[in-house]
Amino acid sequence: MSALSARGLEKRYGSTTALAGVDVDVAEGELVGLLGPNGAGKSTLVKIACGLVRPTRGQAEVCGAKAGSRASLRQLGYLAELFRFPGWYSADELVALHQRLSGSTGGEAERSELLELVGLTEARDRRVEAMSKGMQQRLGIAQALVGAPPLLLLDEPTSALDPAGRRTVRLLLEELRGRGTSVLLNSHLLSEIELVCDRVVILHRGAVVAEGSPAKLSRARGIEIETDQGTQIHEGTREDVPRLVAELVAADRRVYGVRVLTSTLEETYLEAVGEEAS
Amino acid sequence: MNGVWTIVVYGLREALRRKVFAVVLLLTAGFLFLYWLANHYAFRDVENIQPPAGIDPRPFAGAFIFGLAMFATLFLGVVLAVFLTLGAVRGDAERGLLQPLLVRPVSRPALLLARWLGAVGVCTPYVIGVYAASMVITGLTGEWWPDHVVVPALELAGGVAIVAALSLLGSVFLTATANGIAIFMVFGAGLVAGLLGTIGHALNSHTLEHAAKVAAWIVPFEALYQDALREITAETTGLTGFLLQLGPFGGANTGGPGVRLWACAYLVVVALVAAAAFSRRDL
Repeated sequence: MSALSARGLEKRYGSTTALAGVDVDVAEGELVGLLGPNGAGKSTLVKIACGLVRPTRGQAEVCGAKAGSRASLRQLGYLAELFRFPGWYSADELVALHQRLSGSTGGEAERSELLELVGLTEARDRRVEAMSKGMQQRLGIAQALVGAPPLLLLDEPTSALDPAGRRTVRLLLEELRGRGTSVLLNSHLLSEIELVCDRVVILHRGAVVAEGSPAKLSRARGIEIETDQGTQIHEGTREDVPRLVAELVAADRRVYGVRVLTSTLEETYLEAVGEEAS
Repeated sequence: MNGVWTIVVYGLREALRRKVFAVVLLLTAGFLFLYWLANHYAFRDVENIQPPAGIDPRPFAGAFIFGLAMFATLFLGVVLAVFLTLGAVRGDAERGLLQPLLVRPVSRPALLLARWLGAVGVCTPYVIGVYAASMVITGLTGEWWPDHVVVPALELAGGVAIVAALSLLGSVFLTATANGIAIFMVFGAGLVAGLLGTIGHALNSHTLEHAAKVAAWIVPFEALYQDALREITAETTGLTGFLLQLGPFGGANTGGPGVRLWACAYLVVVALVAAAAFSRRDL
């Protein structure tokens, strides 16, 4: 059973189509990155998954339960792109609030573990209003993890974090994957997605335009060979290198260097979304 | 029910943080002091009045001034109710406060119910408390007590509960500022309709009386307020009773069990509409 399964999801806001028939799956324990330019429908997809937005057509299920149902909400943790926590709560109180709302029985031990996981142990009694945006974002991740949900929906979880904070989140995501938690990570940071995700889904104008593992998407783009006649690019993959070099040597060429060219995820992304990338 | 109670406490802590209670308590203290002052001078001067035959000046002054206190009590209760609820849905959603709560297994209607219970849990004791304090001030200062004590207090509290429900319904559609303005305009319109009804009663204008009655049924907090005013002089008869009916704090246009039942039904209707609208709202 998929942690998240979306079939033919459509969402229209008046005459604007946010999603135009999207199929997405997140398997158990899988970490899927969601990429796309602004307005591609990423946040809408995440919001449908957690029941904040109703699809115009199609359906989404979380661990087999209809998205938005109480059964589905028990199975997920969510961090919104634009969120705010009441400033008068301390970190500890906020996590306790979400424990009560989610019915978690983890108590003090769970709160301590979650705050330690996001590096907020020292700030557990600090009020939200006295926290930096980065600390609040880490606190947001901690509240999303309350009750150890099997699916985590993270909408731009590192947008306000410094490099150290991003690294903390990256390590956290890797640890979650180790625990078998499924994650749908919506982020603009391609490097981040490339580093931690098992699979990447690229959305453009409300439709999936590319999908696959980062390695698959970063496909071979040829072989650059430098000879006494200059540098040339040949078609082929790494497997073709010995043959190409042998042919050149047989043709009395002097080979000075060989480099297998692969596209980066960024190049694939830009190719997929075209000129609208922002 | 655990989720509902958690959100009730959440809403109250929010109000505490915004110093809503501090502002209202300060206003209330000021009002009660001024009210005591008004009672002191009014009843001192009543001793020197030579009213027309058939008018008993002490019940007249007591009912009149206590009617004014009931208006102020209702107004203060409405201020509190509106400020506790005006941004509960769209306002909180725009600030990003609502989404983290809604992705928990607490249904949207339950969240609305919790916010209403939180507001009513604060506002109704407050209204009853201010009502009782005003009554004691008038009773001790002027030696006048209302004919009925409990029903008017409950009706004022019910009126505030209705306004809180309307404010929550408005918060589903409107921003906090727009909702606050809208609710106070509806509240003002209701009171104006009630005054028109009283004028219509004095002038024997059936059209005005009918219009006021329709308005009171559309916004039953006004009908409850009118009925509460009627209750405090329910057993005052003669010319004194007749003059009190002429208002502006008389009230005899709409009342009785029918209004109370309608107020309950109205609350249910508002709750159902709010729950349906909130359930369909994308956030």
